Amino acid sequence: MKLLRCPINGLRPVSEFQYAGEVRPMPDPDTCTDEQWSDYVFNRNGAPGIKREWWLHIASGIWFIAERDTVADKVLRTYLFNEVAP
Amino acid sequence: MPLRLLRFAAASRYPEPRMFRAHEGLRRAYDVVIIGAGGHGLAAAYYLARDHGIRNIAVLEKNYIGGGNTGRNTTIIRSNYLTPEGVAFYDESVRLWQDLAADFDLNLFYSTRGHFTLAHTDSAMRTMRWRAEVNKHLGVDSELVGPERVKAACPHIDLSCGGNAPILGALFHAPGAIARHDAVAWGYGRGADRRGVEIHQQTEVLGIDVKAGRVTGVRTSRGNIATPRVLCAVAGSTPRITRMLDIRTPIYIHPLQAMVTEPMKPWLDPILVSGSLHVYVSQSARGELVMGASLDPYELHGTRSTLDFVEGLAAHMLDMFPFLSHAKVNRQWAGMADMTPDFAPIMGKTPVEGFYLDSGWGTWGFKATPVSGKTMAYTVAHDREHPLIHGFRLSRFAEYELTGEKGAASVGH
Repeated sequence: MKLLRCPINGLRPVSEFQYAGEVRPMPDPDTCTDEQWSDYVFNRNGAPGIKREWWLHIASGIWFIAERDTVADKVLRTYLFNEVAP
Repeated sequence: MPLRLLRFAAASRYPEPRMFRAHEGLRRAYDVVIIGAGGHGLAAAYYLARDHGIRNIAVLEKNYIGGGNTGRNTTIIRSNYLTPEGVAFYDESVRLWQDLAADFDLNLFYSTRGHFTLAHTDSAMRTMRWRAEVNKHLGVDSELVGPERVKAACPHIDLSCGGNAPILGALFHAPGAIARHDAVAWGYGRGADRRGVEIHQQTEVLGIDVKAGRVTGVRTSRGNIATPRVLCAVAGSTPRITRMLDIRTPIYIHPLQAMVTEPMKPWLDPILVSGSLHVYVSQSARGELVMGASLDPYELHGTRSTLDFVEGLAAHMLDMFPFLSHAKVNRQWAGMADMTPDFAPIMGKTPVEGFYLDSGWGTWGFKATPVSGKTMAYTVAHDREHPLIHGFRLSRFAEYELTGEKGAASVGH
């Protein structure tokens, strides 16, 4: 992966982007247990696969979602968060 | 010419015994199964057999021994860490390293060079001073030095780093060393093999059987094995194994790349590390400059190399050593680093009885090979965590008791 498609700015070099990890639901901090909270804060799904990830186009400040195969290093598609239901 | 060498040349069959035996098939049961025949896995097998009398061990390797991060690191050995847990642990490792060659009867090319961590900013100087004081308090040879000491040890360096990032000082760690990483895997492998341990290459683990919360066996590409104890030492493949057991960990995988230049005459004695320039470099016994930089910026489960990496690292090398502009890069490669949020490993027992982890070694695993082998062997043999690895237990995250080593990561990962 050398180029990444920003949903607003189109195809740009990957050095213009910041990776921000897998999309994960946050438990409600007021009602969840300490164990659930530490699981959310620290634990990750480190296994390979096709993942939904947060990416930032640094130059324009656009946050979006990329679906990426973490073994082949190929992006399947990118879209804004509100464009596709999770 | 020695007679042995003549006989070697004249022999029609390969006259040297192999480093370890190849086995036809797997046995039905083993006392301990170790997944991963890298330095860590083989060291654990070696110490289990040598110190704990457990010899009915299978070490399973999907590929070939030492072909993962053991053969992909930049071979630096040091103990100038930041937390008391880290310093005590890595210092024990440096001590073990020093007589390992005699123990193995194998030349590891262990070479004490002295290790400078360069500081280019006031805040870096503050961290170096902090590390030096923690180190001294714990009896580790480590001190803050000025730029003149760096220049004296390495006259070729441009102290201004091209005017961009002048060197203000450095943390100097005299015991810092390098060693030949393949020989470490072979040495532990041969030592374990001679004591009855079976090493099975080209054997992939497909599943781990658990009954009532206890490990009962391992399913492999070459058949099933019954075993009450499994040690997982697979670095960048750790999440693939923990997924088989539904064990949650904070481990995430980023590639770490490295490269070497063509061999040149010896000119660089010490090991140099610069956090600001994202460079660590040493000159190998063969004369190559062995160089690494920071982690790749996003998760990836592969070992592809990139041109960005070579360009970035070469530019920073030229800031320090402008005369290298004609040096050629010979090879580059990558390893999968199993990173943790606090830059400390994850070692010891897990929620599954009989399943032990030696993981989270990220970018700092090679130097810890002997001590991790020793402490994991103890942990597996007694089913009790070794006191030196208490700070590295998996449950520290649920207990909000992290062991923050980030300040001691060699570059700003």
